[in-house]
Amino acid sequence: MSDAAVFSDITTQTDSLTTADGRPLKAALAAAQARARRRAFFLVLPLLAFVLLTFVAPIGQMLHRSVHNPGFTEHHDIASGAKTPIMVNLRQWFDDNADAAPDETAYAALAADLLVLRDLKAAGNVGTRINYERAGSRSLFTKAARNAKKLEPPYTEAILDLDEDWGDPALWQVMRGASSAYTLNFYLAAIDKTRDAGGNVVAVDEVRQVYVKLFLRTLFLSLLITVLCFVLAFPIAHLLATLPLRYSNLLMIFVLLPFWTSLLVRTTSWIVLLQSEGVLNDAMVATGILADENRIQMMYNQAGTIIAMTHILLPFMVLPLYSVMRPIDKSYVRAARSLGATSWTAFRRIYFPQTVPGIGAGALLVFILAVGYYITPALVGGADGQLISNFIAYHMTKSLNWSLAAALAAILLGGILILYWLYDQLVGIDNLKLG
Amino acid sequence: MALPKHASTLERIWHYTYLAICALIFLFLIAPILIVIPLSFNAEPYFTFTEKMLNLDPEGYSTRWYDLLLTFGMAAPDAPRDSSWWADVWANAQWVNAAKNSVIIGFFSTLLATVLGTLAALGLSRPEMPFRRAIMAVLISPMIVPIIITATGLFFFYSMTGLANTYIGIIMAHATLGIPFVIITVTATLVGFDHSLTRAAASLGANPTTTFFKIIMPLILPGVISGALFAFVTSFDEVVVVLFVAAHDQQTIPRQMWNGIREQISPAILSVATILVLVSIALLTTVELLRRRSERLRGLSPG
Repeated sequence: MSDAAVFSDITTQTDSLTTADGRPLKAALAAAQARARRRAFFLVLPLLAFVLLTFVAPIGQMLHRSVHNPGFTEHHDIASGAKTPIMVNLRQWFDDNADAAPDETAYAALAADLLVLRDLKAAGNVGTRINYERAGSRSLFTKAARNAKKLEPPYTEAILDLDEDWGDPALWQVMRGASSAYTLNFYLAAIDKTRDAGGNVVAVDEVRQVYVKLFLRTLFLSLLITVLCFVLAFPIAHLLATLPLRYSNLLMIFVLLPFWTSLLVRTTSWIVLLQSEGVLNDAMVATGILADENRIQMMYNQAGTIIAMTHILLPFMVLPLYSVMRPIDKSYVRAARSLGATSWTAFRRIYFPQTVPGIGAGALLVFILAVGYYITPALVGGADGQLISNFIAYHMTKSLNWSLAAALAAILLGGILILYWLYDQLVGIDNLKLG
Repeated sequence: MALPKHASTLERIWHYTYLAICALIFLFLIAPILIVIPLSFNAEPYFTFTEKMLNLDPEGYSTRWYDLLLTFGMAAPDAPRDSSWWADVWANAQWVNAAKNSVIIGFFSTLLATVLGTLAALGLSRPEMPFRRAIMAVLISPMIVPIIITATGLFFFYSMTGLANTYIGIIMAHATLGIPFVIITVTATLVGFDHSLTRAAASLGANPTTTFFKIIMPLILPGVISGALFAFVTSFDEVVVVLFVAAHDQQTIPRQMWNGIREQISPAILSVATILVLVSIALLTTVELLRRRSERLRGLSPG
């Protein structure tokens, strides 16, 4: 029994006890406990503040970015830092005319806004924002802004003369959607949906449906890798758990060395081994298993991603399995055998059920890590071995559609957090072991 | 695992098959890591064993790729190798500069992660800590959240706060990534910690600071060092955050490798890989020795 518990036992018996300086014991104890709680909390506080600043706040900002894109509402001048509202007239028109087809006043508002864009040299940015949701819109805006000075009433004809595409109802729907900086359209895009001219949520063209397939592929490959890790980890974890400690500690090096080796080194090694001019193919050709012209393509495709990631994540499966298997008492299996069970039955009915917590912990951990993997698929995955993370990186660094990247990341994050919560409930984060 | 004397033939066959399967899995684990070592001494610019290497002909082997690590990026690589040549290496060689950056970033992020992480672990392992579970979940999450999400968030955050392209920014990000490892290893050490020792120290008149440095610190030091090594390795191996938030001239070893693998793949990458494998062997050995020492200190094993 701890000191505090002893004290509280005494205080429940009688309230009249006092400390040496005359305070009631109950109050003194409460104060002492509050002090201890505060002291513990203040030890954690600096780190908590640090992590909130460098981790939680950035992710919060990313989530904000996934529903907020001011590309159509605000011009941010990089040089001066000034922020100017843009498309003011058209946005006003959208507010006043819900669900209406564009009329002359709408085109007049557009013409006035194009003139502002021309002066601010902001047509490209606004066009890019619309271009995210309707391909080919960027040039429409830059061209119109170039000619904004020449536009004269009636504006409908004048603008449609510049380019007939301005009459496209889909374009107006996108502009209406973008007229508010806060939008869920990037989430729609992230699940292959869009809004039609009437504002209804519909699926995008079949050829442009990529993300749902990508999420499914990520899930499928992660699941496959988890299963492969389990199949490979179970026998060696069992061997390590049943060998005497001095041998198993030695064999453990085979598991821990990959764990400690740089990810890039391990990925490089797999490139060296698996590429078509690589060590494995060369060995098979040299020994005559394979004809020189039939070299197997094991790298820069899905196979490369699967093999390399299984190797990299295998230690995360072996370690939890081992830590569960080591304390399993051998006498259970012996008892089963003595009662007439075959070794297979004894394994299936007695030993295996006791390893399930380890399997759960390892499988969840491997799956969580696999779903978000980026580096290995990027280096060895080729075109069909890319996972969702690679597309987030693509939209961050190449297509520069940051809001879509943020929306994809938010969906991935949501899934990961659910799995993380599950892991905490089933295994407990405290039980995470490293070697 | 010894086979009992009464084992049937089938059981014997299965037993040896099982051992063979295990051997293959161990090979799968270790072979890819060891294969780069001989290949890094290839005399030819290939990623595979040449005829001469297989015949153990000395001509098939060379250290030219290690040499390239020093000379690549130098102002005058062909000058005689005197002190000014080495000064040139130190100042201009790309891999040397990347190593310098990696060590600087790794050192400071490890320091930050270890100090903050150890303090927090001390608080977290106290029974009276409020919201223990929730706070622990937040502090461990940088290890669980995919690195690409962290990097994306940091990219937005740093470009807003002006931390992009700075060493401070990378160091803070890497410290965040290393913190879960420090927390896990230090709290694991503190699980078996005997709190009557701190009370004994207090009863003998030591103030909390003295108790910490004289009693607690020596006992948890193995855990702290293991955590610090994990944090260092995390930073030393991290490429995605660096790609997203670092300036173009802030090269680190992983970034240089990343570029090397994507663009001009050459056996020089393998010589870097070999050096890194040797470093990881050294680190693994250290951590293993620390773990044994910690168990001995806490009386967990009779060794």
